[in-house]
Parts: sequence; structure tokens; C-alpha cells
Amino acid sequence: MSIKKKEKKLLTVEQRIKRRNFISFATFFALGGAVLGGWKWLYNSLDETTGITAGTRKPLRRALNKTELFFRNFFSNNHLVRTYPKSMATKKVRVNAHIGIENEGFKPESWQLVVVKGTGDILNLTIEEIKSLPKTEIVYDFKCVEGWDQIQHWAGVKFVDFVSHFNLEQQAKMQYVGMETPNGKYYIGLDMESALHPQTLLAYEMNDQPLALEHGAPLRLIVPVKYGIKNLKRIGTITFSNQRPRDYWAERGYDYYSGL
Amino acid sequence: MKVIKEKHPLVMRWTHWVNFPILTIMIWSGMLIYWANDVYSVTLFGHTFVRFFPDWFYKLLHIPYRLAEGMAYHFLFMWFFTLNGFFYILYTILSGEWRDLVPQRKSFKEAWLVLLHDLHIRKTTPPQNKYNAAQRIAYTAIIVMGFGSLVTGLAIYKPVQFYWLTWICGGYHFARIVHFALTLGYVLFFIIHVVQVTIAGWNNFRSVISGFEVLEKPSPVVVEMAVEETNSTIDQDHIADQKMDDQIHPAKNIQ
Repeated sequence: MSIKKKEKKLLTVEQRIKRRNFISFATFFALGGAVLGGWKWLYNSLDETTGITAGTRKPLRRALNKTELFFRNFFSNNHLVRTYPKSMATKKVRVNAHIGIENEGFKPESWQLVVVKGTGDILNLTIEEIKSLPKTEIVYDFKCVEGWDQIQHWAGVKFVDFVSHFNLEQQAKMQYVGMETPNGKYYIGLDMESALHPQTLLAYEMNDQPLALEHGAPLRLIVPVKYGIKNLKRIGTITFSNQRPRDYWAERGYDYYSGL
Repeated sequence: MKVIKEKHPLVMRWTHWVNFPILTIMIWSGMLIYWANDVYSVTLFGHTFVRFFPDWFYKLLHIPYRLAEGMAYHFLFMWFFTLNGFFYILYTILSGEWRDLVPQRKSFKEAWLVLLHDLHIRKTTPPQNKYNAAQRIAYTAIIVMGFGSLVTGLAIYKPVQFYWLTWICGGYHFARIVHFALTLGYVLFFIIHVVQVTIAGWNNFRSVISGFEVLEKPSPVVVEMAVEETNSTIDQDHIADQKMDDQIHPAKNIQ
């Protein structure tokens, strides 16, 4: 038997209580202090350097991006957004923002969609050309990042149909799609799998009527696998890239992915 | 004479205290998120009793216009909340601690006696082992609630990829209401918990940090007398044990 063990045996109960109290409370307060320090570090950590994403603390952005990678494993084209009968669609579709669709001399009649296929390779499309493609309707629960949701009825061209009709398969092999309003004031980036999801539409109708300007006429994005912030109104240009395209709300502290 | 009695294993203490700051951050960041669409209130017959939350409350805690920040914190600390919870459950199963924690058939009746006793309506002390019946129910319920928060949270976080979870939770709206109500439940639990711990006293509180309680054992003089009377070492131990039990049990406190 070692000397140490002998010594320990000689301690009275009173001494053992004191010793164990001291060790456990010292550990408790040390760890508590470390936790408090860790929290202060996180809370006071610097914002990320402004780039494609901005507006949140560096460690939190890293966590958002890592969490995106984890949850993207569960994404599947077979996971469809629940749809509803037309009768359940709301008549008063909420307009939450006008960013990018300010009126400032926008003429829907002369609008053309600009699809950037590559450097110097641009496709200009009129709304008639887009409407000549097969029409798809969807009645689903539109979800806002704020927490509200609404059952809405939209119709337009499936993005995946749009891609194959205009021979954009090569572009669709890239990782991201970018969309911007004609004035460039609102812009979003979409991972390609969400863009090619069978329920993603380039919509030109709402409740069986042509889109109103406030809802994004002549053409808007409806991407049910994302929060409303990604559902860009009044699409001006569509681009493809392997890097994340700029994204209005990702520059303001929101998750870039924002997938549902 | 004082005796050390082991009470809470290290893992129990660790997960208990780790959960405290995590849950605090989850509730706080949850409020930052909830503010952006704060539609819940308790309304009966057209009269609103409580609105979640009044403006002074938001202002006091600096909650308005921090949705993005709230989401970023919520979706980081959800990982720690989940891992800590699973670690705790795994430990209680593997160690056998669950036997002291899961309510038994008699617990529901006994818990009523605990309540009456705690409210000073009934004088007799209800049976108290490591945990009494009310504690068994409360500490198991809080784990079920934690699991409920995880599931309803996932149901509103990924309602498309985990559509079946959203369906199980009764849909997007109901899942969000349950997620919110569970949080109110934690706050209620916390208040009662702190009151009970305060009443139970220092010895009990310390055991959640140090792991042991200190019990008073009958003095050695009494034991010696017992030896003289019975002249049998076996009986001596027996009597001493009984005396200790008599003294320990009433002293054992709630929490």
C-alpha cells in the first residue's frame, strides 16, 4: 500500500467533507467562469468580413454554414412540399416588402428576362416565350423567415422545364443560380438542387390571374423549399456559377441556405 | 457523527449544469425569433388575458429587430442542447439511474401526497427515496419536454425535408405552438425547481455540485451501549443501522 493511500485513510470524515467540498466547488466556479468567458468571447466576437455573406458574428456564420452542410444531406427531390386544394388558397396574399420592385419607371411591356449563359453569351426572353412552355400550378404553404405562413396559389414554368427547354443543361451542372431584379436592388442565390426541385417555379400567375406588380410581375421565383426571402419578385437576370451568388438577406446576417 | 452519503454521480451533475446556460441561451434566442411574428396570446371569450409579450418586456430584454441574430444563436446552441440531452439519457439508461427517475405505478398517487405535504395541508411525510414521487414525475416530464422541443423544433426548422415530423406534430402551426408552450413550461419548471431547492436547503443543493450529502449518524456512545445490552456484534450493527435509518429518513428532504 502506498503512503498516499495511508494518508487518505487517516483523514477524518470532517476533513474528507471539507476536501471534497473544496474540490467540487472550486471546479464548479472555475468551469462556470470559463463558460461565462466563452459566452463573452462569442457575444463580443467580431462580425464576419463583408463578402457574399455579412452582418453576423464570425463564429456564428461558421456554424450556420456547417449546419447547412449537415442538413443538405437530407435534401431530396422526393421530399415534396405539401400541397392543398385551390379553395384553401388565400385571396389576400401578403406583400411583405417592396425592395427591388420600386416603381421608378419600370415598364412591364418592355421587360425581357436576361439569362447569362456564359461570358458574352446572353439569352433574352419575352414573357410570351416563357408562357408558351407547359404551365405548372402549385397551392402550398408559403413560409416567411419571420414566422408567418400563408397558403398561396401560383402558376408558371417549372425551373427544371425552363432549363431543358432553353438548353441550359450545361449551366445547370454548376452549383448555384443567381437571380436579381432589373434594378439590382434585390438579389438572391440558390443552390442548384433547390432550383431544380420539381416544385420550383418561375411564376407569372397568382390565383389564376396575371401577377400584379406588387407580387412580382411579370415573372417571379417561387421556391417552396426555401423561406420567402429567396422568392425573388420581378426577375431581371438569371446567372449560373460555382460560387455563391450575392444574396440580399445573407448580407444582413441571415443564413445563406435558408432551406426548409 | 457525520457520514458522507453519495448522491448524484458526476455525469448527472455535469449534464444538469451544462444544460442551464444552454437552455437560457435557447430561450433568449427563441424570443429574438418569436418577436418577428409574435402572434400568441391567451384569449378566452374575446378577452385577452396575456399577450406574449408586452412591449415593456421586449424593451427590457432588448429583443426587437434581432431575428437574424436569434436564428444564428438558436441553430448553433440547438446542437449542444441535443447532445447534452442525449448524453444524459444514455447515461441514465446505462448506469441504471433511470430506476430512481422514471415514475412507478404508485408514483402518481404518491405525488399527490407530496403536493399536499409541500402545501402544508398534510403532515405525514410521503415516501422519499433518492427522489420522491413528485420528483420522479417532474424529472421525467422535463426530459420528455426536452425531446418534444427537439422534435417540434425540427418540424418547424425543416418542414419539407422532415415533412413526416411536421405531420406527427400536427402540422406547422401546431408544432410552433407546442414549441412555444414547452418553453413556457421550462420557465414554470425553473421557478418551482428553484423554490423547492431553496426550501430543501444547503445539504441538498450542495449534492448537485459535490455529489454527496452529509448525514448525522447516531453517536458511538449509543452504539457501545447497544453492544453491552445485546452482546452480539451482528445485532449491534443491525440496531445501529436501524437507528441511522430512523434518523436519516425524516431528515431527507425534497429535491
